[in-house]
Amino acid sequence: MGLGAAGLLLQSCGQSQPDGGMMGSGDAASRVYVAPGTHDEMYLFCSGGFSGNVTVYGIPSGRHLKDIAVFSQYPEKGWGYAEETLPMFNTSHGFVPWDDSHHPEFSQTAGVPDGKWLFINGNNTPRIARINLATFETDEIIEIPNSSGNHGSPFTTMNSEYVVASTRFSVPIPQEDVAIKSYKEKFKGTLTYVKVDPENGDMDIAFQILVPGLNYDLSHSGKGPSHGWSFFTCYNSEQANSLLEVNASRNDKDYIAAVNWKLAEQYVAQGKAREMAVSYMDNHMDEHTRAGVSEERTSVKVLDPADCPEMIYYLPTPKSPHGVDVDPTGEYIAAGGKLAAVIPVHSFSKMLKAIEDRAFDGDVNGIPVLRYDAVLAGEVKDPGLGPLHTEFDDKGFAYTSSFISSEIVKWKVSTQTVVDRIPTYYSIGHLCVPGGDSMKPWGKYVVALNKITKDRYLPTGPELSQSAQLIDITGDKMKLLLDFPTIGEPHYAQAIPASILAPRSVRFFKIEDNASPFVTRSEKDARVERKGNEVHVYMTSARSHFAPDNIEGIRVGDTVLFHVTNLEQDWDVPHGFAVMGARNAELLIMPGETRTLRWEPTQAGVIPFYCTDFCSALHQEMQGYARVSPVGSTTELSWSLGD
Amino acid sequence: MIQQTQSDGREPCAPVRRSTQGAAARLLLIPLLAALLFSQGCGDKSPDGTAGGAVASTAEGGLSADELENGIGPAKTAPELGPLNAELAASGQQIFDMKCLSCHRMGERFIGPDLNQILTRRTPRYVMNMILNPTEMVQRHPEAKKLLAEYLAPMAQQNLTQDEARAVLEYIRSPHEAAQAKAN
Ligand SMILES: [Cu+2]
Repeated sequence: MGLGAAGLLLQSCGQSQPDGGMMGSGDAASRVYVAPGTHDEMYLFCSGGFSGNVTVYGIPSGRHLKDIAVFSQYPEKGWGYAEETLPMFNTSHGFVPWDDSHHPEFSQTAGVPDGKWLFINGNNTPRIARINLATFETDEIIEIPNSSGNHGSPFTTMNSEYVVASTRFSVPIPQEDVAIKSYKEKFKGTLTYVKVDPENGDMDIAFQILVPGLNYDLSHSGKGPSHGWSFFTCYNSEQANSLLEVNASRNDKDYIAAVNWKLAEQYVAQGKAREMAVSYMDNHMDEHTRAGVSEERTSVKVLDPADCPEMIYYLPTPKSPHGVDVDPTGEYIAAGGKLAAVIPVHSFSKMLKAIEDRAFDGDVNGIPVLRYDAVLAGEVKDPGLGPLHTEFDDKGFAYTSSFISSEIVKWKVSTQTVVDRIPTYYSIGHLCVPGGDSMKPWGKYVVALNKITKDRYLPTGPELSQSAQLIDITGDKMKLLLDFPTIGEPHYAQAIPASILAPRSVRFFKIEDNASPFVTRSEKDARVERKGNEVHVYMTSARSHFAPDNIEGIRVGDTVLFHVTNLEQDWDVPHGFAVMGARNAELLIMPGETRTLRWEPTQAGVIPFYCTDFCSALHQEMQGYARVSPVGSTTELSWSLGD
Repeated sequence: MIQQTQSDGREPCAPVRRSTQGAAARLLLIPLLAALLFSQGCGDKSPDGTAGGAVASTAEGGLSADELENGIGPAKTAPELGPLNAELAASGQQIFDMKCLSCHRMGERFIGPDLNQILTRRTPRYVMNMILNPTEMVQRHPEAKKLLAEYLAPMAQQNLTQDEARAVLEYIRSPHEAAQAKAN
């Protein structure tokens, strides 16, 4: 009982307003009500955090629309199990079946989300994924070399010239076996510029910048007048390598690193970058075969700031800053000083002037530190405790999440004055205004992405879903509209009007365009072929049978590869394929697509297989048998349908 | 064929195989199929959420004489059937093998009806509309409804273009090609 009471007491923390900022419940209900059969106004893409994937919600209803499998194996879709998907998980460390995804970021054209792609970082084994927003599927995963803790990633420039990545952990670069205490001498960070092909989205690493060994945390790119620059927060200016909780919190100020990437491009063009031997993987889902291809890359261009004057400056920023966010005009750069009592807001134009005036206050490893008062536009006073992240609306206001005091603070960008605040439940991390990091926010809602859930939903044992909250920002006062649960830790999220994505959503893949080497384009061509101890089953699926559905002549010790082509050519008719005892997962095959399941039978017998995705009234009839004979058996290889 | 009994009570699915017998089972099935078809019809929604493909029930059971004869759908004029165009029939067979063969075999009853003599029973326009607009056809056209009740597997929408459907028509009117398909 005592424990329960303590729990309850904890749960009620954070509620500073009696009504919790809730809109009148009838009004709130009408604002989030999306009638059955009608559609939401926006798509919300939440990072799945330690699920490694992305989850898609409808706004304002909070309906869960889809999980997009990205960095983590996802048995429901056969992602990371179907042979065609395995290459997507390839890294310089081998097959890595999981990651920790943090920041979804839309591609942009002219500073506005264009709905082509969504990028997201893998934090743990540094990678960036690109999701195709016509198919809602992962099309590319590129590994970032010379990186560790790929947290400040993948933030896009105004026209998606680049997505940028930075290293949370500094490490020896290149990696070597050294004492951890050699941090100050040996450890470095990198800032990585990943080029994005404007036509097909293909990512390639253009160059990296070697930077002093701090923790580079988050990033955003300039826009409008500040286009051509990117900004990275960094902490641990103490360069501690242990007990960072204390040892990296000593200095009054850490930094924002301001990087002139257009100048960096020029230095690369002038040959100032050195080619460094590395190994990293670039994995693509081929558009025509719909199979992954993994390619190793072995070199990267690295710029050293010592050879590249004027390329980087440090802006002093109190105190262990976390988020760095550029307002829609491109002039104001707000930092989330997570241990600071204020939100510092830097001015881009003042920064340029300070550089011109050489208003320096020392340097870090030769990189000039600008004077705080020479770059500061102003400080937001009383922003709540633990300010982390800021997003913007289209009316000149900013919304900052304050983690410790569990609230969103609204302030006027031009004057840095607080105008409103609303509690969140509980411990808000990121927040999302649709288009809120672009030049054209759709400033109707802010979504709070809370780290702690506690009592917001029915209890489900020790582990709870995470908690998002939809808040109306159309009036002077923010109003809470809706709570909805999310999956993993939803670090960041981005939202976009449905009118941009929905019309381009793919409904099925044209069977004529299927270029898989294992396609079976007609039931006529369904067959089984033996190659040594490999048995290739070229199988088709259509409501409601597989062809062939009786297979004999498989032997224990064989590797059977079921290449299943879904011949359906209509929307929402995937077929599943599962084999008893298969030690991987099912296949989920979209209409017009071919997927391959590997099966290594260990016992003689007759093994059933069946369709898992309820496809028709006769779905339960959609089944077949594979006969497995003992090693050395002479059972003839045969196959049939309808005998 | 034998009637299959339901082994696990959880499955809401039809408790029979494709079958020409078992009137009671069929009675049980029809409402289920109708419900499924209806839900499939939702797929025709346009992206903005308006029910573009929803069935307009202007005249319930009241199809026009033209619709009764030629089906409901985008084939509004009768295709001209001249002498058999072997090239068109060959391209029609390619499309047929890819998109239709899973359910239809020329010269035999399979998941769906034998199409060998189809043009003795249906007009060319009817065939095209059945290919191009199957979902609405099995919901509204009395002949298509009858076939659904008999075969139980609703005709699938395979999203052929009008030109592709025309090529398939040329193939299935070709007795020579049909005989070959049977021989295969
Ligand atoms: Cu199925």
